[in-house]
Amino acid sequence: MEQEHHHFDEMRDAADTVRAPYASYRNWFDRQDAERLRAKHEEAEAFFRRTGITFNVYGEDAAQERLIPFDLVPRIISGREWKKLSRGIEQRVTAINAFLHDIYHRQEILRSGRMPRELIANNEAFLPQMIGMSPPGNVYTHIVGTDIVRTGEDDFFVLEDNARTPSGVSYMLENRETMLQMFPELFAKIKVQPVSDYPKNLRRSLAACAPPSCVGKPRVAVLTPGIYNSAYFEHSFLADQMGAQLVEGHDLRVVDGFLKMRTTRGYERIDVLYRRVDDEYLDPLSFNPDSMLGVPGIMDVYRAGNITIANAPGTGVADDKAIYSYMPELVEFYTGEKAILKNVDTWRCSEPDSLAYVLDNLADLVVKEVHGSGGYGMLVGPAASKQELEDFAAKLRARPGNYIAQPTLSLSTVPIFVDQGLAPRHVDLRPFALVSPKGIDITPGGLTRVALKEGSLVVNSSQGGGTKDTWVLED
Amino acid sequence: MLGKTAGGLYWMFRNLERAENTARLIEAGFRIALTRSQDQATGWKSVATTAGAAGSFSQKYQGFESADVINYLLRDPDNASSVLSVVKSARDNARLVRTALTTEVWSAVNDNWMTMKDLLAEPVVETELPKVLDIIRQQSALVRGALHGTMLRNDIYDFARLGTFIERADNTARIIDVKYYTLLPSTSFVGSSLDNVQWETILRSVSAHRAFRWLDEDDMTATSVARFLILDRRLPRSLIFSLEQTCANLEHLCAEYGERHSCQDHASQMVQGLKNRDIASIFEEGLHEFITGFIRDNNALGQMIEQDYKFYG
Repeated sequence: MEQEHHHFDEMRDAADTVRAPYASYRNWFDRQDAERLRAKHEEAEAFFRRTGITFNVYGEDAAQERLIPFDLVPRIISGREWKKLSRGIEQRVTAINAFLHDIYHRQEILRSGRMPRELIANNEAFLPQMIGMSPPGNVYTHIVGTDIVRTGEDDFFVLEDNARTPSGVSYMLENRETMLQMFPELFAKIKVQPVSDYPKNLRRSLAACAPPSCVGKPRVAVLTPGIYNSAYFEHSFLADQMGAQLVEGHDLRVVDGFLKMRTTRGYERIDVLYRRVDDEYLDPLSFNPDSMLGVPGIMDVYRAGNITIANAPGTGVADDKAIYSYMPELVEFYTGEKAILKNVDTWRCSEPDSLAYVLDNLADLVVKEVHGSGGYGMLVGPAASKQELEDFAAKLRARPGNYIAQPTLSLSTVPIFVDQGLAPRHVDLRPFALVSPKGIDITPGGLTRVALKEGSLVVNSSQGGGTKDTWVLED
Repeated sequence: MLGKTAGGLYWMFRNLERAENTARLIEAGFRIALTRSQDQATGWKSVATTAGAAGSFSQKYQGFESADVINYLLRDPDNASSVLSVVKSARDNARLVRTALTTEVWSAVNDNWMTMKDLLAEPVVETELPKVLDIIRQQSALVRGALHGTMLRNDIYDFARLGTFIERADNTARIIDVKYYTLLPSTSFVGSSLDNVQWETILRSVSAHRAFRWLDEDDMTATSVARFLILDRRLPRSLIFSLEQTCANLEHLCAEYGERHSCQDHASQMVQGLKNRDIASIFEEGLHEFITGFIRDNNALGQMIEQDYKFYG
C-alpha cells in the first residue's frame, strides 16, 4: 500500500481513510458481492459491443472495431471542487475565443510583445483564409474539451485545450447511461449531477450560433469523414441525439451561395455544420486539393456569412502545444484575471536553453510533438528504455522546434475494479464546454480516462486506456 | 431525409433479404442432395446459378462439389453475395444510416453480424448445416421483427421495404428462371416422381412447400406451381405480392412527399400488367421470355427509385 501514496489518490487520503466525496459510494461498494460486480462488468461490455460503441484504431484493418474498456467504479468529484474547475475552464475558454478573434484581426497580443510573432507566422494551424473574418456570433470554439489532470487536493493542471474537434463526449453519456442501468440503487442514494442534457444543450448552443441569413429554425448537420473514421460512433450518436442530419462531404454541395444537402426531395439548406473533419480537408478549393471529405466552395459560403462552421476553421492555432506554454499570459491578457487553472511547466525545445535542459533531463520528462495528439509520437521519459531515449534525443536535435517537454506529473489515481477488489490507476479528465453568444455551458463532469495498466500514465484509448463514469456531486 | 440515407436503408434491406434467400437456396440444395444422391453436382450447380454465383464460382473451383458450393455461398469473402458478405454489407449500411434506425433495429442487425462472424468463422460441416441455416433465418426474422415492431411508418420504413421487395421479386424470378424448363406444361409428366422433386425444391427455395399443399392440396402440376409463384397474391414471395408491396411503398412516398416520379408510374404499370395476366397467357408468351422481361423491368424499377430519390450524388 505504501508506494501508492506517492500519488494523490482521489478515494483514500494518506491515513487510508476514505475521502468525503467517496464515502457513500465506498460504503455501498463494501457491501457488494464481488461475483455480482464481475457479472455486471461483463454485462456492461456486452452492452457496449451490442450497441456498437466502438472505435477504430488507425493503422489496423479498417474493419477492426475495438471497445474502449469501461470500468465500473465511478470517479467522484465534489460540488465544491467542480465549481472551481468549471470556473477555471470557463475563464480559459473565454480567453481562447478572445485570442482567436485577436489573432485573426488586430493581433494585439503580438503587438504587445507578449507572444513571439514566429509562433503564429510559422504555425500551420494558423489559416490566412480566416484573417479579418468574424464567424457568426463571433464564436470560434463552439465545443472545447479541456484535458485536466490532478496532482493534489487543490492542484488541477490543464494538459491540453483541445479547441479543434474534441471527441469522447459520447462515452461520457454512454458511461452514465450504463451506470444508471447497472446500479440504479446508487443513484437513488447518492445525488449526482446529470449529464444527459448535453445533446440538447449542444443543439441549442449550435443553433444560437446560426448565421444571420438563417430563416426559421436553424438546420444543424454533423459532418463525418464516414463509417471507417475512428470516432464514427460518436458522430452518429451525436447526430441522432440532437436530431441533426449526419452528412458526409459527398452529400453536400454549394448551391446559389448556400451549403445544401442532397435529400430524397432535392437540395436543402444547412445553417450550422458541426464538422468532425479537420480544417485541412474541409474545402479542396481552399485547403488540401485532394480532399474527398469536404465540400468544394464551403469557405466562400462561410466568408459570405451563410453558414456556421463549428468549430471555426483555424482554431487549431489555440491548442498548439507551443501556444499552450503562453496560456497563463494569454488568460491574463484577455480576461484581466489570474488564471484559475494551472499550466504544466513547459520547455519549448525551439529555445536553445530549454533544448539543452530537456536533453540533459530526458529521462525525467514527457516530450510531445507540438502538433501531435492522441498520444502518438510522444516520449514518456521515466518509462523509456536507454535506446528509446537515445533515439528520441536524436529526433529532438534534428527538429527541436517540433517538440515541447514537460515534467512527468504525478497524476492522481482512482481505484478500478479488478479481481482482487479495488486497485488504484492513474486518470485524467476531459470536461466539455459549449460556447455560444448566450454564454458558456459546461456539463458537470466529463470523460475520465484511466490507464488500466498498473503504474501506466498513458490514458489514451488508442494505447490501452479505458474510461469511467464521472460524478459531480450535488453538494 | 438524405438521399444517401435512403440508399443506405434500401441496400441494407436488399442485403438482409439476400442473406435469407441464399440460406433458403442452400437448404433446398441440401435437401435434393440428401434425397437424390446420384444427381448431386447438377443440383448444386443450379443452386449456385440461382444465387447468381455460378460464374465466379467456376473461376475458383473445378466442378460443383457440395462442400465448395456451400462454403462459397455461405462465407467466402470473394463472393460479394455470400451470406457473410451481405450481412457485413447490411451492417455497414446500418452504421451509415444509424440515425434513421431505432435502437432495436440497429441492435438486431449488429447482433446478426456478430453472430454470423462467429458462426461462419470456419467452414460449416454438413452435419451442422441445418442448424447454421436455421440460425441465419432466425437472425433475419429478428431484424424484421424489430423493423415491424419499432419503426415509424414514414419514408424511412418505405425505403427499407422497397429494398426488401425489389430484392425478393428478383430472387423469386431467378429461381423460376433457372428451373423454367421443369415448369413447362409440355415437360410435365403428371405424378412423375422426378418432377415432384424438382417442384418441391423450387417451393422449398421460397419456403412455400407447405403453403402450397394447404392451398392446392395434392394437385401439384407445373402450371399450378408456376401460377402460385408468379400470380398468387397470398404468397409473400410471389412476384405479384412483391410487386404490389413495392408499388404500395412507392405510393406512400408519393403521398408523403407530394411528388410523383417515373418510378411510381413504372411500378403501377408493372402491377397492372401482371394483374391482367393468367398463367395460360404467360405460357403462351413463353415462361422464359416472361421471366427475363420481369427481371429486366424490376431492375429498371430499382434504378428509377435510386435516381428519383437521389441515392447517389
